[in-house]
Amino acid sequence: MPDEKSELEKIPAVTAAKAETTPTASSTPPSAKAALVGDPTPSPTPPVKPAVPAAAKPAAAVAKPAAPAAPPKPAPIAWESPLVAGLKRQYGSGIREAASYLKDKYLVVDKSIVFDVLNHMRDEQFDYCVDITAVHWPKREEQFDVIYILYSFEKNERVRVETTIKDGEKVRSAYSLWPTSDWLEREVFDMYGIEFTEHPGLKRILLPEGWTGHPLRKDYGIRQQDQAWVKQNIGIESGQ
Amino acid sequence: MTTATFTPDLDGKTFLDSNEMVLNMGPQHPSTHGVLRVILKLDGEKVLGTECVIGYLHRGVEKIAENRTYAQFNPYVDRMDYIAAVSNGLGYCEAVEKLIDVQAPPRAQFLRVILTELNRLASHQVWLGTHALDIGAITPLFYLFRDREEILKIFEKYCGARLTTHAFRIGGCIYEAYDGFEKDVLNYCDGLGAKIDEYEGLLTGNRIWVQRTKGVGILNAADCKALGVTGPVLRAAGVKWDLRKAQPYAAYDQVDFEIPTGENGDTFDRYMVRIQEMRQSVRIIRQAVEKLPAGPTMAKVPKVLKPQAGRIYHSIEAPKGELGYFIVSDGSTQPYRVRVRPPSFVNLQALDKMVRGALIADVVAVIGTLDIVLGEVDR
Repeated sequence: MPDEKSELEKIPAVTAAKAETTPTASSTPPSAKAALVGDPTPSPTPPVKPAVPAAAKPAAAVAKPAAPAAPPKPAPIAWESPLVAGLKRQYGSGIREAASYLKDKYLVVDKSIVFDVLNHMRDEQFDYCVDITAVHWPKREEQFDVIYILYSFEKNERVRVETTIKDGEKVRSAYSLWPTSDWLEREVFDMYGIEFTEHPGLKRILLPEGWTGHPLRKDYGIRQQDQAWVKQNIGIESGQ
Repeated sequence: MTTATFTPDLDGKTFLDSNEMVLNMGPQHPSTHGVLRVILKLDGEKVLGTECVIGYLHRGVEKIAENRTYAQFNPYVDRMDYIAAVSNGLGYCEAVEKLIDVQAPPRAQFLRVILTELNRLASHQVWLGTHALDIGAITPLFYLFRDREEILKIFEKYCGARLTTHAFRIGGCIYEAYDGFEKDVLNYCDGLGAKIDEYEGLLTGNRIWVQRTKGVGILNAADCKALGVTGPVLRAAGVKWDLRKAQPYAAYDQVDFEIPTGENGDTFDRYMVRIQEMRQSVRIIRQAVEKLPAGPTMAKVPKVLKPQAGRIYHSIEAPKGELGYFIVSDGSTQPYRVRVRPPSFVNLQALDKMVRGALIADVVAVIGTLDIVLGEVDR
C-alpha cells in the first residue's frame, strides 16, 4: 500500500513540475539557449548547475571521457541568400535576424516593417501563406511573437517571418496580400487578443462572441473559463 | 461560434432587400459532417453569400499541449482529424523528431508509410461515401464502409485501436508489425483495385452524379493559392503539388508514385483526383511492403524528452491537405507552444468563394467535396 501511495503522489508532481523544473539533467548548453531570439533569458540553469556536479562528482568524473562522443547540439546558423541580402539592403537594421535552425529558415523583423517585408516576400514568389500564429512570453516586455509561415510553390521553399509586439499593440493585417489571413488572424485575435488593423471583419472565430479572456495567453489557466457566460448561455454551473 | 448576428460582412449591407432572405443551415444538419453552421443569404434558391460559424467542437487542443509532456500530447492529435488519425500522429511525431534531431529507423519509416497510406485510403473512403450520400447516392456508402472496415481491422490488429490509433511514437513505431501483417495489407491491396472500379462504375459515368458535380464549386489555381487551400482541392485545380513529393518525409522519397491532377477545379475533378489518389496509395503500399527492411522500429529516444530551446515547423501531406505543426520548446519537458496548421480549417474558408451564385443544393455538394472534419476545424 505505501508503495502505491507514493506512486500516486509522484504523478501530479511530474505534471506540475514544469514551472520549477530546472534542467539539471539536461545537457543543454546555456549559450545555445541564449542565442535563440524570443526565448526567455532568465533561465534557472546556471545557478543550479554547479551544485549538481558537486554532489555527484565521482560519477561526473567517470562519465567525462564519454562526453566528447555526443553529437553536436543543433544551433541556429546564419542564413545568407540573395533574398536576405535584398531585404537587408532595403530595410537595414529592421531585419534583426536571418538564420536557419534545423533547416527551418526564419527572419526576425521589426514590428514597424513587418507588413512591408511580407509584401516584399509575396513579390518574391512566396505566394502561399501557410499559417499565421503567435506565441506569448509574459515575462518579456514585448510579450508576443507574431509568426507568419510562408511558402513559395516556385522555389519549393518555406520561410518563417517573425516579429515581436507589446501587449495591446496592433499589427497590420495581411489580408490584402493573402486572403487566407482572414480566418488565421481571427484565430490569433481570438486566442491572444492581438488586433489586426485593416482586417475585413475581426471577431472571434472558435469561441463565442461574448466570451471574456483569450485562452492561449499564458496567464489563462488550463481549467479557466468564462463562468458567467457558461451559466447564462448553457445553463450549467461549470463546463468542467 | 458567433451569436446569431447576421449583419454580414456580405457586401457591407446591414439590411436585406425585399427579394433576399437568410437561411440557417446546421449546426445539426446531416450534410455538414459534424457541427458546422452555415448562414446563407439567398435570393430564392440562389446563394448570395455565406458565413460559417465554427467552434462548436473546440476543445482547446493547443492549450492542452502546453500542459502535457511531448509524449503525453501524442494521443490528443488523433482526436483532431479522427478520420485520419494516423496522419495526425505521423505529423506530430515527425515534428518532435525534427525538434530533438532524431530520425526514426528505416523499418519504422516504411511501416509509417504503409499505415499512413492505408489511412489515406480510409479517409477517402469515408469522404466518398458521405459525399455521394449527400448528393443522393446511397449505395456507394455501403460499399465504401464495407471496404474501410478491412483497413480498420488491420489497424486494430496492429495497435489495438480502430479509429484513434496512436500508432506511432516519437522516435519510430512502438509496435512491431504483427505476424501476417504484410499478407493482410497485400491482400487488401490486391482486392482494392477492383473495388475502386466498382465505385467508379457506380458514379463516374452516372448521369445524375455528373450533372451534380461538373462545373459545381469551381476554385481555380490562383484562388486556391490565395486562400491557402491545399490537398486534393488544389491538385484538382491543376497544381501538381504534393508535400510527399515536394518535401519528402518518412520513406516517400523511396517509393514511386504519380500526383494526379485535374483541370477545371470543380467538384467532379476533385472526385477524380481522390479516386486516382486511392489507386496511387495502393501502389505506394505495395512498394513499401516489398521494400520493408528488417531492423529496429524505435530510435534511441529518452523517456522524458527535453528538447533544447528552439522552434520548428514541420508539415506533411494529410489526406485533406497540408497538416503542419509549429512547436516552440523552452527547454523544459513540456512544449511551450504547439500550433496545429489544420488543412480542414483553412480549406473551409474557401466555401464562400465556391458557392456564391450557386444553388442551395450545391452548398451541400461543396461542403462534401472540401472534405472537412470538424474535429480538425475547431480543434
